[in-house]
Amino acid sequence: MSDMLLYWLPLAVVMVSAVAGVAIFVAGEDRQRLRTTLNLLAAVAKLVLVGWMAVFVVAGQAPEFRFALLPGLDLVLRADGFSMLFATLSATLWLVTTVYAVAYLERGADRARFFGFFSLCVTATMGIAMAGNLLTFFVFFELLTLTTWPLVVHNGTREAVAGARSYLAHTLSASAVFLVGMVWLYALTGPQDFVTGGTVSAVAAEHPLAATGVFVLLVIGMGVKAALFPLHSWLPQAMVAPAPVSALLHAVAVVKAGAFGLVRVVEDVFGPAVVASLGLNLPLVLLAGFTIVYGSVMAIFQSDIKKRLAYSTVSQVSYIALGIAIGGPLATIGGIVHLVHQGLMKITLFFGAGIYANLLGIKKIHELDGVGRRLPWTSFAFTLAALGMIGLPPVAGFVSKWYLGAGAVAVGMDWVIGILIASTLLNAIYFLPVIQRIWLRPTPAAWPAEARVSRLEVGGMVGSTVLAALLALAVGVFSGHPFSPLNWAAGIVAGYYP
Amino acid sequence: MIAEALTGLVFLPLLAACAVVVLPRRMLAVPALLGLLPLPLLLAPIVAEVARLGEVLMPIAGFERPLGIVWRVDPLAATLLGLNAVIGIAIGAYAAAGQPPASEAGRRFWSLWLLLIAGMNALLLSADLFNLFVTLELVTLSAIGLLVLEGKPAALRAAMRYLLLALLGSLAYLLGVALVYGQAGTLDLYQAGDLLDATLLPLTALVLMTVGLLLKSAIFPLHGWLPAAHGNAPGPVSAVLSAMVVKVSLYLVWRLWFWLAADWSLGWAPVLLGALGAGAILYGSVLALLQVRLKMMIAYSTVAQLGYLMLAFPLLGAVGFGAATYHLLSHGLAKAALFLAAANLLKGFGSDRLEDLRGADRRLPIEVFTIALAGISILGLPPSGGFVAKWLLLQAAWAQDGWVWIGVILVGGLLAAAYLFRPLAVLTARPPAEPQAGATEPRRAASLIALLLAFAALAAGFVPAPILGFLAGGTPPGAVP
Repeated sequence: MSDMLLYWLPLAVVMVSAVAGVAIFVAGEDRQRLRTTLNLLAAVAKLVLVGWMAVFVVAGQAPEFRFALLPGLDLVLRADGFSMLFATLSATLWLVTTVYAVAYLERGADRARFFGFFSLCVTATMGIAMAGNLLTFFVFFELLTLTTWPLVVHNGTREAVAGARSYLAHTLSASAVFLVGMVWLYALTGPQDFVTGGTVSAVAAEHPLAATGVFVLLVIGMGVKAALFPLHSWLPQAMVAPAPVSALLHAVAVVKAGAFGLVRVVEDVFGPAVVASLGLNLPLVLLAGFTIVYGSVMAIFQSDIKKRLAYSTVSQVSYIALGIAIGGPLATIGGIVHLVHQGLMKITLFFGAGIYANLLGIKKIHELDGVGRRLPWTSFAFTLAALGMIGLPPVAGFVSKWYLGAGAVAVGMDWVIGILIASTLLNAIYFLPVIQRIWLRPTPAAWPAEARVSRLEVGGMVGSTVLAALLALAVGVFSGHPFSPLNWAAGIVAGYYP
Repeated sequence: MIAEALTGLVFLPLLAACAVVVLPRRMLAVPALLGLLPLPLLLAPIVAEVARLGEVLMPIAGFERPLGIVWRVDPLAATLLGLNAVIGIAIGAYAAAGQPPASEAGRRFWSLWLLLIAGMNALLLSADLFNLFVTLELVTLSAIGLLVLEGKPAALRAAMRYLLLALLGSLAYLLGVALVYGQAGTLDLYQAGDLLDATLLPLTALVLMTVGLLLKSAIFPLHGWLPAAHGNAPGPVSAVLSAMVVKVSLYLVWRLWFWLAADWSLGWAPVLLGALGAGAILYGSVLALLQVRLKMMIAYSTVAQLGYLMLAFPLLGAVGFGAATYHLLSHGLAKAALFLAAANLLKGFGSDRLEDLRGADRRLPIEVFTIALAGISILGLPPSGGFVAKWLLLQAAWAQDGWVWIGVILVGGLLAAAYLFRPLAVLTARPPAEPQAGATEPRRAASLIALLLAFAALAAGFVPAPILGFLAGGTPPGAVP
């Protein structure tokens, strides 16, 4: 019985939102109440299933679903510590985002299409989290591209189509590179599951050049979604999507999937020792470090709120890459935990930006003057998350930066501290004026486009925003708790650096 | 038992076609059903026998070769017979949903349809070069008959061009057959292969037959007739032309090169054929990108996708052969789905010009969804049959350091993404366009059949292990393991 459960549970976790997605398509546009029920039920069911699976993982068991796709090549879904971290983050934020999106799109068009693909997109994210080998990862990585495309193009405007086209051109080119890297890898090592410590050490010793080639191809394949410079330019353009989509894209789905994949490649395909022996740490640190500074500088020059947040994502997600590139236990913990921290903070910021745009028509930074008095709760959440991004203790962002800095010193890359300081300063330069406008400027006579919205909708949107902000605060304040993301990440990293 | 099943595969649809011609109108549904539905049942024991023995031989009327004619089923033929049955039934059901068989138009369609299915089944069973010629003609002529059924001027012009070129191709093929017969004294494909060597006359025969068949398969640069024909045919006919008809003649080229000429040393010739395939992939994809009509776009996509089947020549090996066959299967399903969905859109909007189909997903969401799903397989993204084929092709190319082929496969995939997402962006754009005058809602059943075919193409991504295992039992003798 228990064996059966351990076999099917990973598949159930992935498929529950796919079933909901199909049901939403079938229900059609007009059955709004049914759709909302399905959405919420699936989101709650997913969270429960993830929690159940976490119980097994904590107890030391390994739920695994395996299915022979090609001779010798399996589709593997399984739960380890790292996948549980990402799965928990996705399931939690999916529930929050669903509430937000239902309220946000209350009066919008094409909601069946939107929520159907929204659910499928979460299926893909879950598949990425649970993927047990590179092929499975690739399958869901591509599924993610396909299911997010309709969400980006949702409004159907010329701008949306152009943004979605750029998104596809980038991600599909990356997938071609990824595919070559994977074929090459499998030609060298044969099909392999993700293994802590990697699977290529023998090959890397014998053919260092080939191993480096594979590494570069895989990093490019992940790097487009993770928005590493110079592969990031799709991200600011994809901002045309509705706010809940942007929030999900930046916090858990696309960008995070790329970062998550980078961690998998470094830790579970190559292994930190092999990456170090091939001399790949420094180039990756330089790339990530440059992206951090570049994204922050670009963010300063954006006058559109969502564009500024997008460049901020370019910068912040590279912290994850930076952490694993530096190597060593401390920095790796910092990188992995930032996966969670950045997700919580960034989703709050995008929720807030969405509320400003939806209720008051505010899209530009200079329109934010005095909005704090009009929307105090939203502005409170937005401010909290922005301060966290800058790295102000005790909000989550500080914890990540602390570990990154300490880890860099521990492996003798002291100069990385300079990147962190520069980035903190730049973050302050592009966030503090926004906060100042929100709270300290006088309220204008009229808002750009004020909408009449029911209390329930406002409650749904503002409530989920505040909840996300409080979560971001809580994971920082309670980072010492045994089940905090930080300790979870420490547990994962203890496996990578025994 | 097996002999009866084999006979049934050809004669059941053939007799049904005759019955459609003579029966009174209100009874036409009976032969239409009886001619197609039993095909999978007949195939089941044959597939089981082929899986057990590797191949099944049946001398017709008991006459052995070289005097008599032999039918031969190996895993490749059995797989294609299966695809033919699925396509024949699914597209037949689609046609019946749009237009009930019990009508004069139904009589014309179903007689030709059943004849076409019978012809393709006979072709896949034949191992005799002249018999293959006869069945090939049967396939071509019934296909052309179907093409002109609606009598659209554009379709008539396209059909005329198709007819003339197909006849030219047949002539070249027949010349080659005559040369083989003169040299080997047998028309049996496998015996001739054993008797002949790569000397001048047999080589000439091979070249003649190949060129003729490539013309019929519309392989670049001999593809000129295909887009107009496939793009202007009635919906179900476009679907079967692209999914099966062009492929059976290419199947025959595989037979000639991998079986008859298995042990001939042909030097650079396989690479040349592969280069034609690469040309098809690149040229067809770029042209597909430039089309303003949905069906023409899909037709050019066929030109491109046929190119992957040509990569079987340079990449021939256990992996490459399985890859090409798998591509043939999944492309057949996906392309049929695309053409049927496009036909529904054409019906529902009165036009298949992309600008007239703006925002079509609001009125016809199933059609747009079908195009998206089938597109996943066409551009080779997981999870789909197209991805399995692409993965194996890449593996085969990698194993022989075929960097150029890898590049072509990847660029082809990206171009396919470009030409598929261009219409999808229009189909989901806002505000939606109004349907043209004369547009009628497509039948729900017709929509669902197209969707089902698209799902089948995706499902093919989950079951490659048994199918590839079955095919591995019949890897051609010319393939390096």
